[in-house]
This record gives sequence, structure tokens and C-alpha cells, in this order.
Amino acid sequence: MSEQRINRMKDLPSTHLLGTGTPMCSGCGGLEALHQIYDVLGEKTVFVNAAGCMTLLSVYPFTPFRGSWLYTAMASAPAGAQGVRDALDILQQRGDMGPQEDLDVVVLTGDGSAYGMGLSATSAAMDRGLDFIYICYDNEGYGNTGQQSSSATPHAAITSTSGGSRGYPGYKKDLFSIWAAHRPAYVATVIGSEPLDLARKIEKARELKGSRMIIALAPCPTGWAYDPKDSVEIGRLAVKTGVWPLKEYIDGQLVHTRIPRERAPVEEYLRLQGRFAHLFTPATNTAMIAEIQARVDRYWDEVV
Amino acid sequence: MPPTLLTGNAAAAWGARLAEVDYVPAFPITPQTEIIETLGGWLDGGLMPGRMVTLESEHSMLTAAGAAAATGVRVFSATSSQGLLYAMEMLYTVAGWRAPFVLVNVSRGLSAPITLEADHNDILAARDSGFLQLHCADCQEVLDSVLLAYRLAEDPQIRLPVLVNLDGFYLSFTREPVSLPEVEEVRKFLPPFDPMGIRFTASAPESQAVAVLGGGPYSYFRYETHLAALNGVAVYEQVAAEFTTLFGRNREAVESYRTDDAEVVFYMIGSFATKAREAVDRLREAGEKVGLLRPRLLRPFPASLIATALTGKQGVIVIDQNLSVGHGGILHTELLACLYGRPGAPPVVTSFIGGLGGRDISPQEFYHMVTVTRQAISSGTVPPPRLLYTAAELREVRKLQAIATVEREETAPGRKAADDTGAVQETADE
Ligand SMILES: Cc1ncc(C[n+]2csc(CCOP(=O)(O)OP(=O)(O)O)c2C)c(N)n1
Ligand code: SF4
Ligand SMILES: [Mg+2]
Repeated sequence: MSEQRINRMKDLPSTHLLGTGTPMCSGCGGLEALHQIYDVLGEKTVFVNAAGCMTLLSVYPFTPFRGSWLYTAMASAPAGAQGVRDALDILQQRGDMGPQEDLDVVVLTGDGSAYGMGLSATSAAMDRGLDFIYICYDNEGYGNTGQQSSSATPHAAITSTSGGSRGYPGYKKDLFSIWAAHRPAYVATVIGSEPLDLARKIEKARELKGSRMIIALAPCPTGWAYDPKDSVEIGRLAVKTGVWPLKEYIDGQLVHTRIPRERAPVEEYLRLQGRFAHLFTPATNTAMIAEIQARVDRYWDEVV
Repeated sequence: MPPTLLTGNAAAAWGARLAEVDYVPAFPITPQTEIIETLGGWLDGGLMPGRMVTLESEHSMLTAAGAAAATGVRVFSATSSQGLLYAMEMLYTVAGWRAPFVLVNVSRGLSAPITLEADHNDILAARDSGFLQLHCADCQEVLDSVLLAYRLAEDPQIRLPVLVNLDGFYLSFTREPVSLPEVEEVRKFLPPFDPMGIRFTASAPESQAVAVLGGGPYSYFRYETHLAALNGVAVYEQVAAEFTTLFGRNREAVESYRTDDAEVVFYMIGSFATKAREAVDRLREAGEKVGLLRPRLLRPFPASLIATALTGKQGVIVIDQNLSVGHGGILHTELLACLYGRPGAPPVVTSFIGGLGGRDISPQEFYHMVTVTRQAISSGTVPPPRLLYTAAELREVRKLQAIATVEREETAPGRKAADDTGAVQETADE
């Protein structure tokens, strides 16, 4: 593995490779992360996409990508990556393609696909040690179909299929651990509001071989019901409150890349989002907020 | 080389080996598994170059197959029944990518009830997907069809994936003499894969399978696919003629067996057509002017070839080894649509459902179908579709039901069994 080149904010690439004018919502936290990721990965890539909001990035005849793109289906983007990777290897082995023509194969899916429908295809890709990068932008619901709850939806969040005064009754699935249990080359969480941490992890992933798995928490003004201008703030609060731990799994080791010493109360994060408004109006639901806080505290108690 | 005894599955594997495929995404399912095991053995033993990868489902298998073809290598894969249906979303998808490759389907009836034996509901469920379809009647044809399928798939006027169908058990596990062409001969017929426009490389970035907005572009691309598929009839005929020149075997899009002076013609696909051929010979000996018409190419549908072959016939007997539940036989429906309004179209087309779940069709039943059709011709009244089913079979099912009833009475006394609402009538004497 080569030396890490991105060490400070001023080392961040300022290329802005990904084109603008896409149909993503303004303030889309997934797109924010993708811009940064693409700047690090570059155009020698083929993005293999599953059904979700980002499918609309490439609408005939336009694409914001300077490199390649293949849309597959909701369940099987990692299998598409397998086919592309194997074919690129075969062409090179046969001498029909020079190594300078090679591409990094990058899967791009939402949480609905990553945590649910595509999990079996992802698991199998890791079993086979597929040499690829997986980017999951996690907006905690089926965004493209109107933000129904997925298995990435956090407890108590209102979605189009979990309304009422209690919100989503389930708990966000721990995909990071599920992925790490496969012992792939690399697993990391990132968020667009922490660009240095994100770029360092993507750079690390790029330099490794094997399955490199990234989950980007993707604040989603449309699905989470907040003002688009607050996306960065909400992202920062997700980290400051400890709701979104920034971590990586590498060489069998779990490392937290940012440990918030003084964690802000989760309330600060929840209060900004319409999907949690029922926790504050008409009356503050202290019990449920306390429960959410307790889960976050328990997580960090085990870390430190 | 003298013919070798091969199962239909081994013949399919030989087709892939002789086509010098680069990539085989795989997933096991009876009765197809022997195909991928055979290829796996050859790949592991260094007897053929290429790479095989076992996916975790047929849905993924088809995704990987399409993606690899879209990256520029020659791809082969195989499945059956539940597997084909599990992959259904991707059949439509990769056809829309215009990714040329070959998928062998070993036909097997669909669940429920679950069975391992053959019928054509699986392959016919894929008929609207954009995959072209070749249907085989014997093991030699399986090998030949795989080679023909690559020529079709990769033709610049087509560029679509192709399904080659063989019947589970009847062909998959039956050994027949198959002559294996020399690889040099095959190379003359099938040159290396030319990916043409579709590839992913660093110097020529490509966006494939992107979304469209609105019905305008969607209709355009879907219909383009349709037009490309339709080119398949002429391309197939030309490719099959080349095949005959090189290998001496006739592989016409539609097999006509003793149809020239026939008054009544059997119309069917698949391995049971070999039983029909036999019945035609027996009936001819008895003075009956009958014949057999069997499409090898079912997609694109060679409508004018079929209509021409049937012009002036008195009657057609359609045997459907499938059932469109709530409607009837799929081949029957398609044939009627093809014949309607054509001058000289046969006035009588009878419909029989036979061979579901691998159920055999006996010579007596073939004779009986001719009798029924002759009666319809003379009376001018076409009988409703019928299931080929004997009194003995009905009796066997009744026995099973009796056992089930007794068992239930003993284990859960007083619980009522659901009444049998179907009215299955036997069609022939045993
Ligand atoms: C097999 C299948 N089922 C359902 C859909 C409909 N669908 C399209 S996008 C989507 C939501 C995907 O959610 P996620 O992966 O989280 O991506 P997001 O929309 O949030 O970006 C769904 C359910 C589909 N395209 N395919
Ligand atoms: S719904 Fe959310 S994730 Fe989807 S484009 Fe809009 S902001 Fe982004
Ligand atoms: Mg989502």
C-alpha cells in the first residue's frame, strides 16, 4: 500500500470531476458524498448502479460521469460488478486490452439495496473476494419511491410507511458489522460533511485490492424533512452526537477514526429533522429521546 | 470423427466449449447442473480456456452474464425452471442492454406443485423478454443450436441474447449419438466475438443501460429491440444454410416432416416432436396423410414460414406442453394469431395440452388426436381444448387422494377435505 497522500484539508482534490445539473434534490447528502468520492477515485472507473435515486444521474443522453456507467437492477449490482471485473481481467489476460485501459469497478447503491434486496449479492461478492469498491449512500429509506422505511431506517423516524406518533418501530441494522464479518479488505463509514475523513478512507480503499466497502450516511432533505441548507449541519451533528460513528475495518481490526470526546446530545440532531418532529411536538417525548440517547451511549461505552 | 454418445447436457457443454466461450457464470439446478459441472471440469483440467464463477442466484448469474458480455467477452450460461424465473427481471434487462450471449435452459415444470420433470412453461415465460429462442428435439441439435445461437446473438443486425431450450430428462439425461465438429471447422463458422460498440475501457468511457425519461425514448429503444429480433428470421436462415454447408446437417428455422402432401399436421416444439415423427410414420403406413411442423426458432416467430407451410392444410393439431392458466395452450394462441385471415389457412386448428410435468404422450394419443381433428374437419365444429389424460391416470390420482383422505381422517378426524372442482376428462383409451 502506498503512502497516504491526503493528510490535511488543503490536500483534498479540487478537480470537481462529477458534472453538475443532475436531477438530485438540492442539498442531497448522497450527492455531496459522491462528488468527493469521485474526485478521489477519478474517471478510470465504471460505476455499476442499482435502482435508487442515483439511477437518475445518468439519463439518456446525459451523464455527469467522465468515466463509465452501467445500471443493473435493485438487487444485483455486485453481480454486475463481478461480470465487468471478470471480463476486464479476461481481456487483459488474453492481451486484448492493455493495463492502462483497466478500470476500477465501483458499485453505487442506496441503503434499500445494500441493507436489504442486494445484501445476498453483496455477501456473495465478498465471499468470492471480488476486487471492487462498494459505495452505499445511506439515506435511511427507500428514497426514490418516496422514503418508505428500509432496514437502515433509525428507530422512531417517520417515513411514508411508518407514520403515527411512534415512527419506525425497528432499529437501524448494523450493516458495517455484517460486512466486516465477511472479512473483506476494507470497510468504512464516511459522511460528506467530514471531507478529510472521507477522502482519506476513499484513498485508502482505492489503494487496496479485494472488496472495499463504504457506507456514506446521506442526509436527505426530502426524505428526512428538513431545509436543504441544513444538510452539512445535520451531517456534522450525526458525527458530533455519536449517531454516525466514523470507523474503519482493516486487517481484521476495527478502528474509530473520530471519537467525539464530548458527545452532543442526540436531541440536537433529531430536532432539526421533520421525521423526528413527533418527538418534540405537541409535547416532548422524553422517554423515546432518552431511549435513543441510551443506545448511542451504550455503543460508545463499548468503544472506549 | 465418429459420433460419441452424449447426454443433452453434455452436448450443451460441448457447444459452449467449441464456441470457445470466455466466461461462464453459473448456478446449480436440476436438471441443468451437469452442464456447468462438465464445463467446470474442463476449465479446472485446463481442457478449455476461460473462467467460471458460481454466483449466489440466477438473478445474479444473469446480471454477471450480461455485464461481462457488455464488457466485451463471449459468455455462456445455463439454468432451468425456477432458476429462469428467478432471473426473469434480468432476462428483460440484459436483452435491453443488447448484450449478446447464449443461455441454455433445460426445461422443467414450474412450482407449485414442485417437480423436476419437463414442460415448457419455464421457457415460454421468457418469450416476451427480448431473448431469441431456439428449441431442440435431440442431443445433436442441442450442440448445433448453441453454435447457431452465437451466430445469431452476435450478428450486427441482431445483437441480442439467445436462449437454447432442451427438455429436462428426455434430453438432458438421455444419451444419443452426437457428432462433435472439429474446433477448426467451428472457427470457420463462428469467428471470435466482436464486441463492436459495447465495452468498458479507460480511453473510451461508455454509459450503458441508462434511464430514459418518458415514453418517447422508451418506445424507441424497445421497438428497436423488437426490430432487431425480427431480423433474426432472415439471419437465422442464412446462418443455418452456412451450417448445413459446413456440417451437413439441416437446421431450418421450421422443421417440416412429411408435410408436403399432408392433410393434417401436428404442430409442436421440443423433444416430444420425435414421438410425433414416429406417429406420423405409423399413420402414414395406415394411409393417413399426416405430417409434423416444428419451429426450432420460436423467437423471433417465423410467422410467414409457418403460415406458408400450413397453407391449404385441412387441419392442424397443436400440442402444447405448457398451460397458460386461465387461457390454454400458448403455441395454439400464437398459431391462431399467425393464421388468422391468411388465404388458404387451415379451417380447423385443434388444441391439446400434453406432457405437463414430463407426462408422456403415447402413440395412441397421437392417433386419437388425428381422429378428433378429422371429425372436426368433417363436422365443421372445432372441439374445445383438451388435456391429454387417461382414465388410468385419473384412477391413480384418485387413489392418492383416497390415501390422503384416510390419513387425514386418522390424524385429524372430522376435518373436511376440499372438494375437487376440476373436471378432468380422459382423452384416450389406455
Ligand atoms: C425489484 C425492484 N423492486 C422495486 C423497485 C422500486 N424501487 C426503485 S428505487 C427503490 C428504492 C431504493 O432504495 P435505496 O436503495 O435506499 O435507494 P434510494 O432510492 O434511497 O436512493 C425501489 C424500491 C425496483 N426498481 N426494483
Ligand atoms: S430523495 Fe434524498 S437521497 Fe434522493 S436525491 Fe433527494 S435528497 Fe438525495
Ligand atoms: Mg435509500
